[in-house]
Amino acid sequence: MSLAVKDVLRPPTAQARRHCLDLDDWSESEITALLDSAKVMQEILARPVKKAPGLRGKMVVNCFYEASTRTRVSFEVAAKSLSADVVNFSAGGSSVEKGESLIDTAKTLVALGANVIVIRHSMAGAPHVVARNAGAAVINAGDGRHAHPTQALLDLYTMRERIGRLAGLKVAIVGDVLHSRVARSNVHGLTRMGAEVILCGPATLLPVNLQVPGMRFEHDLDGILGEVDVVMPLRIQKERAEGGLIPSLREYRERWGVTADRLARLRRDALIMHPGPMNPGVEIDPEVAISKQSVIESQVSNGVAIRMALLYLLAGVPM
Amino acid sequence: MLVKNLRNRDDLRIGDSKETIDGRGLIGVPGFIDLHCHLRQPGFEHKESIASGTRAAAAGGFTTVCCMPNTEPAIDTVGTLQYVLDVADREAAVRVLPLAAITRGRAGRELTDMAELAAAGAVAFSDDGNPVASSAVMRHALEYAGSFDRVVVDHCEDSELTLGAAMHEGLVSERLGLPGWPAAAEEIMVARDVALAEATGARVHIAHLSTAGGVDIVRNAKRRGVRVTAEVTPHHLTLTDECVERGAYDANCKVNPPLRAARDIDALVDGLLDGTIDAIATDHAPHALVDKAVEFEQAAFGISNIETAFGQVMGLVHAGRLPFDLVIEKLTTGPCSVFGLRLPQDDWALIDPDAEWTVDVRAFQSRGRNTPLDGVTLRGRVMVTICRGHVVYDALKEPAVA
Repeated sequence: MSLAVKDVLRPPTAQARRHCLDLDDWSESEITALLDSAKVMQEILARPVKKAPGLRGKMVVNCFYEASTRTRVSFEVAAKSLSADVVNFSAGGSSVEKGESLIDTAKTLVALGANVIVIRHSMAGAPHVVARNAGAAVINAGDGRHAHPTQALLDLYTMRERIGRLAGLKVAIVGDVLHSRVARSNVHGLTRMGAEVILCGPATLLPVNLQVPGMRFEHDLDGILGEVDVVMPLRIQKERAEGGLIPSLREYRERWGVTADRLARLRRDALIMHPGPMNPGVEIDPEVAISKQSVIESQVSNGVAIRMALLYLLAGVPM
Repeated sequence: MLVKNLRNRDDLRIGDSKETIDGRGLIGVPGFIDLHCHLRQPGFEHKESIASGTRAAAAGGFTTVCCMPNTEPAIDTVGTLQYVLDVADREAAVRVLPLAAITRGRAGRELTDMAELAAAGAVAFSDDGNPVASSAVMRHALEYAGSFDRVVVDHCEDSELTLGAAMHEGLVSERLGLPGWPAAAEEIMVARDVALAEATGARVHIAHLSTAGGVDIVRNAKRRGVRVTAEVTPHHLTLTDECVERGAYDANCKVNPPLRAARDIDALVDGLLDGTIDAIATDHAPHALVDKAVEFEQAAFGISNIETAFGQVMGLVHAGRLPFDLVIEKLTTGPCSVFGLRLPQDDWALIDPDAEWTVDVRAFQSRGRNTPLDGVTLRGRVMVTICRGHVVYDALKEPAVA
C-alpha cells in the first residue's frame, strides 16, 4: 500500500516552525507528525527513482564546523532526494580560517542564496546565534553537548518502526551522557513521547543536575539489563580517561561496556542502538553491534528519511 | 555651589562656586564609590577608556571608581600606574583610584613591587580576572601588603574546576549543554583566603561574591574576627542563570562569576542585611560588540552595568527586600571602609528613587553596550552627579540619556 504524499505530509504552507534548534520545545503531536511524514519519505526512497520535488529551487547549505561523516552525508542525500541545490561548507579552507565570525559567515551564505542552513558546531548555542542573525531556516545538526535533534528523531523513528510504539518503552542510554548531545535530545524526545529514559554510567559522566520528568539515573548497568527495551551505548572518547573522568577504558568496559555477555542477559526482543561512530571493544563489542538485536544500520538509513521530512517541514514547497 | 529644595535634607553647600542647583525634590546622597570596575585603558580602548568609563560612572551616580589592573599591559609597574593616573587627571569625569596587580603580569607567580606601587597611589591590589591560584603566593601577598596596610582583593575561582566553563553549573547549564562553573569553585577559594587571612592577620577582600556558600564562609569568618570583607554586584543580586536560557544563549548574560540561582540571590541579600557583605560594587565590564556577537562559549565575560547599577539595586528596595538607607550605605560608606577611604565632602548624587526609565544601550556613556537589560524598565534613577563641586552628570540637561 502506498501512501499519497499530499494526504499525509503537512502542507508546507502551514509552517509553524521556522527552525529546528532543539527537541525540547516539540509537542508529542508535532513529533508524531514528523515521524509519519518520514515514513512517506521512506517510501519515496524505496522508489526506482529516488527523487521528489519538495525542495525544488531551494538551496540547502551544510555548514559543518566539526568533522562528521554520517550526518553530513545524510543531510546531503536528504536534500538532494527532495531536489534541493546542496552546498557543502566545512570550516577548513574557508573564511573561518581567516577569522570570520559565525554571524558574518551565516549572513554571507544567506546573501549567496541559502534557504536552509544546516549547522554542526562544537559549541552549544551556535545554531541559535545563526538563527537570530541570518534570514534562513536553521537546522541544528549537533551543537556542543547541547542537542542533536535529527539524531534523536531518527532514533525515535527506528524504535517506533521496530517495536510499534514509543509510549511505555524503557530506554537505557549508557556511558558519557554528560558530553552527549545525542543523549540530551533523546531524553527530551523520548520522555515527550511517554517513554522512560534511564541514564546509566559513572557519576563523572552523568549530567547530575539535569531534571526531566520520566528520566532517572543509574550507575549499575547489570541491575537494569533485564528491564529495558532498548540499550544505547554512547561513544566513549579516550580523552575521558586521560582527563581523569574514568580511571581506564578497561575498567569502563568491565562495568559499562555492552558486551556479548551482557547482550545475553538482555530480553530477546530488546534493541541495541548506537548513534555512531563506534569504538568497538570499548562501549560496545563488535559481535553485539552486528547481532540480530542491533538496529544500528537502520538508524543510519532512517536518518535520511527523517531529515527529508524535517527539511520539507521547514522549507518545502507543495508536492 | 548651593543645592536647594532637596527632599531629605537642608540645602547643600559644596565648594566655593556661586552656582545654584534646584534639587527639585530629589534625595541628596554622597556620591557612590565603586570598588570594582574595568576602565580598559591602556590596551583595550575599543571596549572602554578612562574618559568614557568615568562618564558612564558619573551617569550612574559614582564619583569615585576603583579600576582593575587587568589592562594591557597590566598595571604592575609604577610606570603604567602613573600613566593611568595621568590620563585620569586630564580626562576623567570622576575620581579614579587604580588598583595594581598582585603579581607581575597577573601571572600568579612573582609579587609586584607592592610597596612602591602603594606609595605611587595604588589603592589596593588584585589580579582580577584571574585568581591567585597558588596559596603560597597569596599568603605572601597578604603578609607583604598587610605590612603597609593595603588590602589584597581576590577573584575567587578554582580554575581547574572552571576549565572551559561558560555559565553557572546547574539545571540550566545542563539543559543548554554549556560547560558549568560550579559554586564550589568559588567557595573553595573564599575558604582558602579566609584561612590565609586568619593565619596572617592580614586584610583580604573578596571580589564579586556570588554564591550562598561563599556568603556563609565570610559570615562565619567575620564572627571569628577574621579581617575579611566582601562585595556583591548588582547583577548577582538581581539576575539568575535563567537569563541565559531566556535569551537563547545571549552572550550579554555571560559574566564571571556567572549569574547564579535564586537561592544565591536570597543569600546575597541576607549577607547585605546582616553586614556579611560590606559593599555593592559594579564589576562594570564593558566589551565591544565583536567580543559578544559570537558563540556563547567564545564570548568575553562581563556586563556593562555602571549606568544601570543603582536602578537595578533599587528593584530590591521596591520589592521590600532591602532598606533604602542600607543600599546607600553599601554604595558609599561601606566601600569606603573596605579600602580605608574617606568619603569626599564635595561629591554628591541627587537621586529619584521612584523615577521609571527604560535602559537604552544606544544612550550609554560607556562604550560597552553589553547588558541583558537593554529595553528593561528600571525604577530608581540618578538625576544629577556632582564631583569635586562640579556637576558631572545632569539627566535633565542631557536628552540623550532620557
